[in-house]
Amino acid sequence: MKKQVSLKREFLKGVWDNNPVLKQLLGLCPVLAVTVSAINGLAMGLAATFVLFMASLLISTIRKTIPPQVRIASFIVIIATFVTIVDLVMKAKFPDLSKALGPFIPLIVVNCMILGRQEAFASKNSPGRAILDALGMGAGFTIALIILGGIREIIGSRTFFGFQVMPNQFEPWLIMILPAGAFLTLGLILGAVNIYTDRKKRLEHESIIAHYKRVGREELIEELEVK
Amino acid sequence: MNKVIQMLLVLTSIGIISGGLLAVISEWADPLIAANQKAATEAAIFRVQPEGKSYKQIENVGFELYKVINEKNEDAGFALVYDGNGFSGKIRLIAGLSEDLSNISAIEILDQIETPGLGTKITEEPFTSQFLKLETNPKIEWIKGAEPTKPNEIQTITGATISSKAVVAILNDGISRLKKLRDSGGLK
Repeated sequence: MKKQVSLKREFLKGVWDNNPVLKQLLGLCPVLAVTVSAINGLAMGLAATFVLFMASLLISTIRKTIPPQVRIASFIVIIATFVTIVDLVMKAKFPDLSKALGPFIPLIVVNCMILGRQEAFASKNSPGRAILDALGMGAGFTIALIILGGIREIIGSRTFFGFQVMPNQFEPWLIMILPAGAFLTLGLILGAVNIYTDRKKRLEHESIIAHYKRVGREELIEELEVK
Repeated sequence: MNKVIQMLLVLTSIGIISGGLLAVISEWADPLIAANQKAATEAAIFRVQPEGKSYKQIENVGFELYKVINEKNEDAGFALVYDGNGFSGKIRLIAGLSEDLSNISAIEILDQIETPGLGTKITEEPFTSQFLKLETNPKIEWIKGAEPTKPNEIQTITGATISSKAVVAILNDGISRLKKLRDSGGLK
């Protein structure tokens, strides 16, 4: 019997513990390419979230009908359909945004985060859990893109979501809006995340050890069994 | 055998449903997309020809060319859409030209993928405003690192000389083609 995870955890794991960008490093091509500004990051994140949500919902609904031999082909066709819908709607209703995101919307089809979630999660779980997972992963993806885009926009062009936040005396660092800036920023963010995670893990270990020293072995085992 | 049939059935039905859905969406989106593009071109034409009130496309000339008409129903000049190679890809621009093609009213860069922060300055002031009332005879020239002295000269952007020169070259190309067309009587 598979251990059931709480619904809240199902959502939250994508936001932090398994964040697709910061922890799994999936879908980095659009992540690095479009994040020259926070608004681009937000739009890309929302577009990917929509596709992920729709694809997860549909695929987990029909997961028992799809023969395992053709599952990848089915996933790709379904994902491609939703991506094309997003692309057409954006072109029709938000031409400016569509121009800014250019060729990266069609490329969501091959975003490995989306296919990865279908293969690893949606095709094995009920629709309810699949949409929670999709929303969590999408939120994690969008947050990571906004952070990356925000940092690059503030340092690279003095603005945040189009509003000037740095004084005119601050000379923008061009490198931040060039591709190299994406790698530098992402590297530094990943480093910071790892430092934080390591420290948290170490503190947890230390508190368990301290607890053990206080209560002794038998009691600790008992406590763990109760949990 | 059953497996094979099931595989075929599932994939085919997914394909048919997807195709049908996309056909419906595309039916809805296509006119909107075309309208957006038309609105974008129209806005650009009137920005480079501020006196213009209406316009009509001149067909069969091999490039995009519009005749602009002003409030008093007189010819106000032309709007020329032309492209060429920039520093890292195609630059597409629109230029407003006077009736006799002797000077430019304004230009606007429509599409470019130049280096952010350097080459992209070709889309901004003060570079674009140098083209206001710029003479085109015998051709547009550029100068590097000094104020322009001649009425047909512009100053290149520091750090983006290639992109600046590309804009001048595209304009010269387009205008010379237009002049040739006029001399052969294709403009009437």
